[in-house]
Amino acid sequence: MGSFDFGVSLAFWLTMISTLLCVYYGAVNWNRGASSEMDKTVEHWAQEEQKIEEEL
Amino acid sequence: MGVLENIIIIAYLALVGYLGFLGYKKTKSTEDYLLAGRDTHPFIMALSYGATFISTAAIVGFGGVAAWLGNSLLWLTFFNIFIGIFVAFVFLGNPTRKMGYRLDAHTFPEFLGKRYESKFIQIFGAIIILLFMPLYATAVLIGGTHFIALYFHADYHMALLVFSIIITAYVIAGGLKGVMFTDALQGSIMFIAMIILLIVTFNALGGVSEAFAKLDHVWNVTVVEHLSNIGLKELKPGSPDFMMKLSTLWGFEGWNKMPQFLSNGWLFVITTITFGVGIGVLAQPQLIVRFMTVKSKRELNRAVLIGGVFILSMTGIIFIVGSLTNAWYFEFNEGKNALQSAGSIGKVIPHFINTAMPKWFAFIFLFALISAAMSTLSSQFHTMGTAVGRDLIEQISSKKDLNSTLITRGGIILMIIFSVSLAYFFDKQPAIIARSTAIFFALCASIFLPSFLAGLFWKRVTKTGAIASMLTGFVVSAFWLLFVHFKEAKALGVCKALFGTNSLLSGKIIFVDALVIALPLSALVLVIVSLMSKASSKEHLKVCFGD
Repeated sequence: MGSFDFGVSLAFWLTMISTLLCVYYGAVNWNRGASSEMDKTVEHWAQEEQKIEEEL
Repeated sequence: MGVLENIIIIAYLALVGYLGFLGYKKTKSTEDYLLAGRDTHPFIMALSYGATFISTAAIVGFGGVAAWLGNSLLWLTFFNIFIGIFVAFVFLGNPTRKMGYRLDAHTFPEFLGKRYESKFIQIFGAIIILLFMPLYATAVLIGGTHFIALYFHADYHMALLVFSIIITAYVIAGGLKGVMFTDALQGSIMFIAMIILLIVTFNALGGVSEAFAKLDHVWNVTVVEHLSNIGLKELKPGSPDFMMKLSTLWGFEGWNKMPQFLSNGWLFVITTITFGVGIGVLAQPQLIVRFMTVKSKRELNRAVLIGGVFILSMTGIIFIVGSLTNAWYFEFNEGKNALQSAGSIGKVIPHFINTAMPKWFAFIFLFALISAAMSTLSSQFHTMGTAVGRDLIEQISSKKDLNSTLITRGGIILMIIFSVSLAYFFDKQPAIIARSTAIFFALCASIFLPSFLAGLFWKRVTKTGAIASMLTGFVVSAFWLLFVHFKEAKALGVCKALFGTNSLLSGKIIFVDALVIALPLSALVLVIVSLMSKASSKEHLKVCFGD
């Protein structure tokens, strides 16, 4: 990469860093954020149902 | 063609057919057909996103442009990965997924329509898709068909029909599940082919550093020394030497160098190629809808890793290989550069593959190109079908119990017939089709991006602000494309017909992409009009944001 001028070198290294950032972010957060909106909605429904049953 | 090649073709078609069938078997509801059931595997989602984004034109077209203009195009790869993957997945993906679920949105126009409580926005979004995406799809269709016809020595029209029927079958039957399953297969083939391409190219040129170092020498011999005493007017317009001379006049000084700051070439690389495509990707309806196909943020997190590596292997590799073809041809083709050897920008990559690569790899690469075309086309057909069915007919119709899946299937058939008809009659690619990808990206970004981003993150944005912004984006970008930008205005010919000139403006400004002008104006209008108009109700915001 020694042949690249500053502008192209910058683009090249920013490309590499961005890829590593994607890999790092994906690896670190691999198992995070599993709870989905659907799960939350079902939980919410369950809680509401329980509340109504208790009230009855 | 050998027996092995026949077996591989049959196996590929069988696999595509099986994945389409799998999509069909797993499609039980409208949500399955339109959003792949909102529970797609991250690997499939990431590869589908990437393979949809990267078409044949991105590999062959941009590879040829890299052979012409050099490694400054790596700025686009940086934007593709950082903006198109990291920013899109990490910052936009989850809010889009959550809001899409809360609003029960199944398409991008429906997402915007429900976010802003506006039937007009949904229908307007659908009309933009239906007006401009067929041209984009036709360009991809023509590109893919030409490769098939060339490789198999088949008639163009026959190749087009067979190619279209195969895609139609699995898109209609499998819906978005079928599309995404096949995208994943096609993305995998593209990935393998590009890695092999890079390794073989570096190997042929004696290593990484050696390969790049040769480019400076080739530039000096074939461009500087060869063309320094020749004027542009002495060269045949469009010829290889004409294009290289033009690049020097635009401010390019070598394949390893950036063009001079703010020169015509710099404005072209940075605004048209890097911003136009790199930012434009954030507002592509067929890509945004993929954020709504996964179950939770975890799938998006995983997809970031896969998507980042995938895009690097696509545009990153093709730009580098595109530039390096100059060194290869110089060494193995009597001291000529890539354009001089292949004849034109569009021919560089196919010529290089057939000349420099082993025959078995030419066959694999053909599959990669067909896969790139099929994965982009299938998503385009699906998006256009949903625009017809879900966003247009269902919104206009007074009946409430319409079968979304059935109407969408009808819409897909209609749009495929329309796109294939265009490709059938215009195999030579008239200018409007050749420039359609750039036109579609510029329009989508200017029209949709401000409203999409504000809809996700700014509670004060209003329906009136969004409509004003979308109309501004449309009018300004259409004006710029028709009357100013040096490539589109000239290609479309409206300005010439009306005013006798290719562009109403002159100087460096005509090299600035429509997006750079229209997007800030569209965003500004969105903010001003929103602040001047009545905010959305608290109840609606609670539905949208869930708090």
